[in-house]
Amino acid sequence: MIVSDRNSTRRKRLDTLFGVLGLVATCVGMITLGALILQLVMDGGVRLTATFFTSFPSRFPKQAGILSAWVGTCLIMFVTALAAVPMGVAAGVYLEEYAPKNWLTGLIEINIANLAGVPSIVYGLMALGLFVYQLKLGQSILSAGLTLGLLILPIVIVATRESIRAVPAGMREAALALGATKWQTTRDHVLPYSMGGILTGIIIALSRAIGETAPLITIGALTFIAFLPDVPLKTEFPFISFDWLMSPFTVMPIQMFNWVSRPQQEFHLNAAATGLVLIVMTLAMNGIAIYFRFRFRKRIKW
Amino acid sequence: MAVGLTGQKIRERLIEFVMFLCAASSIAITGGIVWVLLSESWQFFRDVSLVDFLTDTQWTVLFENPHYGIMPLVAGTVVTSAVALCVALPVGTTIAIYLSEYANSRVKEILKPILELLSAVPTVVFGYFALLFVTPTLQAILPNLPGFNMLSAGVVIGIMIIPYVSSLSEDAMRAVPVTIREGSYAMGATRIQTALRVLFPSAFSGIASAYVLAFSRAVGETMVVAIAAGQQPNLTFNPMEGAATITAYIVQVSLGDLPHGSIAYQSIFAAGLTLMAMTLVFNIAGYLLRKRYREIY
Repeated sequence: MIVSDRNSTRRKRLDTLFGVLGLVATCVGMITLGALILQLVMDGGVRLTATFFTSFPSRFPKQAGILSAWVGTCLIMFVTALAAVPMGVAAGVYLEEYAPKNWLTGLIEINIANLAGVPSIVYGLMALGLFVYQLKLGQSILSAGLTLGLLILPIVIVATRESIRAVPAGMREAALALGATKWQTTRDHVLPYSMGGILTGIIIALSRAIGETAPLITIGALTFIAFLPDVPLKTEFPFISFDWLMSPFTVMPIQMFNWVSRPQQEFHLNAAATGLVLIVMTLAMNGIAIYFRFRFRKRIKW
Repeated sequence: MAVGLTGQKIRERLIEFVMFLCAASSIAITGGIVWVLLSESWQFFRDVSLVDFLTDTQWTVLFENPHYGIMPLVAGTVVTSAVALCVALPVGTTIAIYLSEYANSRVKEILKPILELLSAVPTVVFGYFALLFVTPTLQAILPNLPGFNMLSAGVVIGIMIIPYVSSLSEDAMRAVPVTIREGSYAMGATRIQTALRVLFPSAFSGIASAYVLAFSRAVGETMVVAIAAGQQPNLTFNPMEGAATITAYIVQVSLGDLPHGSIAYQSIFAAGLTLMAMTLVFNIAGYLLRKRYREIY
């Protein structure tokens, strides 16, 4: 009796001990995140002035800025979203609503799951061989946007499927029973109901693309760009120009990588400031996504 | 009426076909990856023998007297990934057990998204952190640690991939039927006993996929190692030294201005193919493991 009593005390103590351990482990992640942000603020905070956003990179760390980098990031994100969102959502809708159960659908599904595990730099190699040289798109904003578009395509597809799956079958059956065609049902009922989840997935996918560095270095991003791409809107006919798509580019993560690789301490401060801008952008996007998920889950009660 | 109906039918078919093409394009991506890697590597292996590639202990493609032995790069990749997994697997699994068995649902709802933010931080920022925070901190404990080393790069990658391990493992544990869990509690087991002896084996197939994904991430991670582990190929298994990984080499070469079609240009595709082969082998191993230990309820 005494023995078993001791045994149960020991087991209970172990149990509590592990609870503490779990809390500590969870804190490891959060402390790292906190230390990371604190480090960036302490190093880069002083550099975050208005001129930092309106200056080109320079040999002199104090005059250097991220103008070409953030413009590049914005333009590339635009191309990426245009490439990945319609394709990803359409693919997700097809797989969830239309696809017959056969070997081809199975192959597509396995393939998408595997693509999510492919290292991002391999997408860069593929884009280098295919977009830059085979299709002769060059080391351009267009190539970069398409590369990142393909990279985030699996994320968009998976998010679309998951949120479509959450729409109850009754919704579809009601629409079909009233004589709506399959496409009408999808467009007018299934998609609007799953919009919240799809949007969340798109935002998370884009926040991942903003931080991607390696595939863009692989396709030949430049690290020093002291000019902006051609302006898309013109005063003369035909008023719109797509020359910017073919422009060489740099993006914020690459600018940061360039600065952190230099030996001079002063450039490290610039890197920290760029990192701060990047991390604020990605965390804000993720925050919005979490909020969306929370709100849509709350509002829709089936 | 009849005409309108066929028009509508054609439209429906057309939309379905376009959406099918979008879904099938994912196969084209895989095809593109395989084709580019194989065709460029084929060119590479016409000049370099496969035996040299696998057995030579030096990788000096850009030098006067080039050697093409992939081993130093593979060693760098293996060491950084091993360090990363040594951090991520225990910590991530502990977090998963904590979240699924100990934390109440409110705490879980707050902690899980915050942890997932870790994997949202751009990797180049983690590289900065590894080089300018973790390395100096570790140097305070290990004074002989060089400025570029695989240890701090590996530790940071490990922390970065914690969410992959913890979230997916937790999902897997939660998917274990509640009756199995209650059975264990009814026998008088504590939470930790239930987690380790009942839930972990039952959820092993899902946890194994989480581990495999974490491994893929660690092997493919580029910016952290390119910034913090140095870019010198170095055949060593000592994490206290600096070494280039496969990914760091690809970045290093891409930053220079390489003529299209040169052997150095082709070498990055051979390196990429090696990287894919490593992840593929591990994925197959994970698949077999899962099949062997899958529990079906």
